[in-house]
Amino acid sequence: MREKELEKLKDYKYGFTTDIETIKAPKGLNEEVIKFISNIKKEPEWMLNWRLKAFERLKVLQEPKWQKPKYPKIDYQDIYYYSAPKSASEKPKNIEDLDPKILETYQKLGIPLQEQKRLNGIAVDAVFDSVSVATTFKDKLTEKGIIFCSISEAIQKHPELVKQYIGSVIPINDHFFATLNSAVFTDGSFVYIPPGIRCPMELSTYFRINASDTGQFERTLIIADKGSYVSYLEGCTAPMRDENQLHAANVELVALDDAEIKYSTVQNWYPGDKDGKGGIYNFVTKRGLCKGKNSKISWTQVETGSAITWKYPSCILKGDNSIGEFYSIAITNNHQKADTGTKMIHLGKNTKSKIISKGISAGLSDMTYRGLVDISPKANNSNNYTQCDSLLMGNKCGAHTVPYIKNKNSKSNIAHEATTSKISEDQLYYCQQRGLNSEEAVGLIVNGFCKEVLQQLPMEFAVEAQKLVGISLEGSVG
Amino acid sequence: MLRINNLSARIDNKSILKNFSLQVNAGEVHAIMGPNGSGKSTLSNILSGKKGYDLSGEVLFENNNLFELETEERAHRGIFLAFQYPLEIPGVNTNIFLKTSLNAIRKARGEKELDAIEFLRLVKEKAKELKFEEEKLNRQLNVGFSGGEKKKNEILQMSILNPKLSILDETDSGLDIDALRIVADGVNSLRKKNNSFIIITHYQRLLDYIKPDFVHVLMNGKIIQSGGPELALELEKKGYENFN
Repeated sequence: MREKELEKLKDYKYGFTTDIETIKAPKGLNEEVIKFISNIKKEPEWMLNWRLKAFERLKVLQEPKWQKPKYPKIDYQDIYYYSAPKSASEKPKNIEDLDPKILETYQKLGIPLQEQKRLNGIAVDAVFDSVSVATTFKDKLTEKGIIFCSISEAIQKHPELVKQYIGSVIPINDHFFATLNSAVFTDGSFVYIPPGIRCPMELSTYFRINASDTGQFERTLIIADKGSYVSYLEGCTAPMRDENQLHAANVELVALDDAEIKYSTVQNWYPGDKDGKGGIYNFVTKRGLCKGKNSKISWTQVETGSAITWKYPSCILKGDNSIGEFYSIAITNNHQKADTGTKMIHLGKNTKSKIISKGISAGLSDMTYRGLVDISPKANNSNNYTQCDSLLMGNKCGAHTVPYIKNKNSKSNIAHEATTSKISEDQLYYCQQRGLNSEEAVGLIVNGFCKEVLQQLPMEFAVEAQKLVGISLEGSVG
Repeated sequence: MLRINNLSARIDNKSILKNFSLQVNAGEVHAIMGPNGSGKSTLSNILSGKKGYDLSGEVLFENNNLFELETEERAHRGIFLAFQYPLEIPGVNTNIFLKTSLNAIRKARGEKELDAIEFLRLVKEKAKELKFEEEKLNRQLNVGFSGGEKKKNEILQMSILNPKLSILDETDSGLDIDALRIVADGVNSLRKKNNSFIIITHYQRLLDYIKPDFVHVLMNGKIIQSGGPELALELEKKGYENFN
């Protein structure tokens, strides 16, 4: 059976993209499936071997168990590791088939109908606007020598870059989910900024055609060469629905001397309904390496979706004078759970890191900030500042702060501040007396609470994110 | 404008207002004076729509049953409460709060919302009238404001929202004499034939600057006497204890 499918694939001379509906890897996780994926993507042998090496390692790894949110056991043999894009019969036929709550959110965010369909994998008629926009952008980037394409394409066209950097930040033996991704990743983005180039626009997955169907094991690699700058946006504010429950993405960033990478995420995967049914497990590994001196990596995230969010975008500050930043807003409502934070590993001298984390929990949800600041013996004159604020709404939710602080250098400094507060009935009453309804009031208060992080987002994104913050907490008061 | 008929209020089974009645017509200023615990703040809370009270009786605002209106709907219709203890909202810029509030009310009334420039022009003008430092408008709402600044901020909001019925809940407490005069000027400048005020206070001194049309003495949840401005002076002389 498996053989046959592989045969069919080889025979199909137009490649797999046009004959989408019939191709699906057999269920389960094994060497054959990994070969199948690699084959479908026409990968060179080194890539396949790399995947297989990861798979070997995976066999002896266990899922981590230390996190706060627990989840039912995942049967890894019961998952299709390659089935993207989905066949028409699996997709919702009409926009009306979706959870009405999602549709309501679209309305409030002002997402056009075509875009709503695209986000939910409903077939959209031929060409829509973003395609032509994407082409224009692509020309502009090529002019500067910037590479921005899918990782599959990069493996084909820029193997030397991929080979050099893939797994250099998240090694294939890192931890269970990262290793799983290394073995079976389907697609994702690749960015390379040449030396001295300042990327003239925000790079967004939105402008990469077909970006929405990268599947559940996404892999992204961004390399900023010496003296370059790039700002990358991942995700969008509209809720994303997906049949796959487990998402285990890997994102690797590499900044060489004097380079800067700014990576912004808005994660709004389906959180499940208000009773906690359904929803995505978002178990992503994001790590940046400030490899060169004076380099800088800045993570900004707005996490409002998913049933369980489990992620720690981190910075390894290897180059002297390098800077790592982490700005985070995480919101959980209803039955959502999040265990998120960052790791700042100071290896180089005079390295600096800053962590601003704003956690908001409402309903029956549970939120944990977990962060590591580790200053090595050689990282002289380094410092970290951490500010970790939690805001509670109602009295059935939880907020926890778990900082791990290791300072092995007497010339370095770590400062940690944490607060927990609650939106008081009186604050809401005050706002309502001034004419705001309870949801507007919550939106205002919460946006005030998150302001420092929202300010880090690129302008057009910030406005939408601000709306999203309010919407995510709807129904959590009164 | 406002008719309160036999209003009784209980909270946690404790009776606070007992068959309270009051009528406020358009253009009138009513002062309500009373000792601590007489039910003054409860009255302002109930009128503005704070939840948590067991209520009976009837309150009509422009012939609408007030109990059927949400807190924000009352604000939309022109009821304003200057809080005894204005709330701090960290992270929320004072200007943005004011603009959000004004536009929420304008929108509910079907009026055009003000853009940033129109709003700033308005707020600057009002802040100047009330000698409210403009710099404070860019600070977080009431955070780090002194008691007097918070109260002035309430009056600033009042003058921007231009309500029909303003309730001032002990706005004078904690004010020095200069601030008191500024607050009074703010109220007086809003006194028009369509705007009414309920001024809740312990002391007579605010009434030196804001001449009320009526003074009511509230004790144990009931109005025990009503009269003109002279009643306040009499009260000041005798004290609450000997007033009966």
